[in-house]
Amino acid sequence: MLKTRTRLIAAALVVAGGAIALATPALAQRDPAYAAARAAGQVGEKIDGYLGVVGASTPALQAIVNDINIKRRALYAQKAQAANATLDEYALTAGCQAILATKPGEKYQAPDGSWQTRGSGPPQRDARCP
Amino acid sequence: MSKRYEWTAASPSPRSVRPELVEGRRTLRAPVAAALLAAAASSCVTVEAPDKPIVIELNVNIRQEVIYRLAADAKNTVEENEDIF
Repeated sequence: MLKTRTRLIAAALVVAGGAIALATPALAQRDPAYAAARAAGQVGEKIDGYLGVVGASTPALQAIVNDINIKRRALYAQKAQAANATLDEYALTAGCQAILATKPGEKYQAPDGSWQTRGSGPPQRDARCP
Repeated sequence: MSKRYEWTAASPSPRSVRPELVEGRRTLRAPVAAALLAAAASSCVTVEAPDKPIVIELNVNIRQEVIYRLAADAKNTVEENEDIF
């Protein structure tokens, strides 16, 4: 009897754990090093949909940026194929959205290529952005 | 390659040169003469063919259309993958 109850509890825990594991990818947060670099304005959102190092680069910053960009590229490729678009088209569109989603104080690239700090107003974006 | 039409106040008008032609085409000639007189005010009309082929740049428009089509999808992608954005 006790054994059965223990098993049931264990099974319930496994099911709950599985549910959490399934939910986790959608709720995944930024890596602390990336979050810190972003908040410090050391990395910013580029027009092309990828992350860039703002100012002087260090191996640590470059590693963060490369890691994020490889993951983004894989995601863009998958989504572009599903949407019957090219990788560049999808990446540029995602860049429009990523720049729009920056928080005040974060860096983004303006259409002229310069790095800008996001203020309280809307960011300067490519004329093609929706 | 250019064609130049010149008209000056001193030139004889078509009406005085060949009045018999003018009589039958009065309705057609009047606007043409008016246009020529208007052109005479600026002394000449120059029609020039461009020496370079005319290229219509479609790339920008196509891209913008595609971006608009993808916008909602890309917005979801950015929102659903907070860890890499």
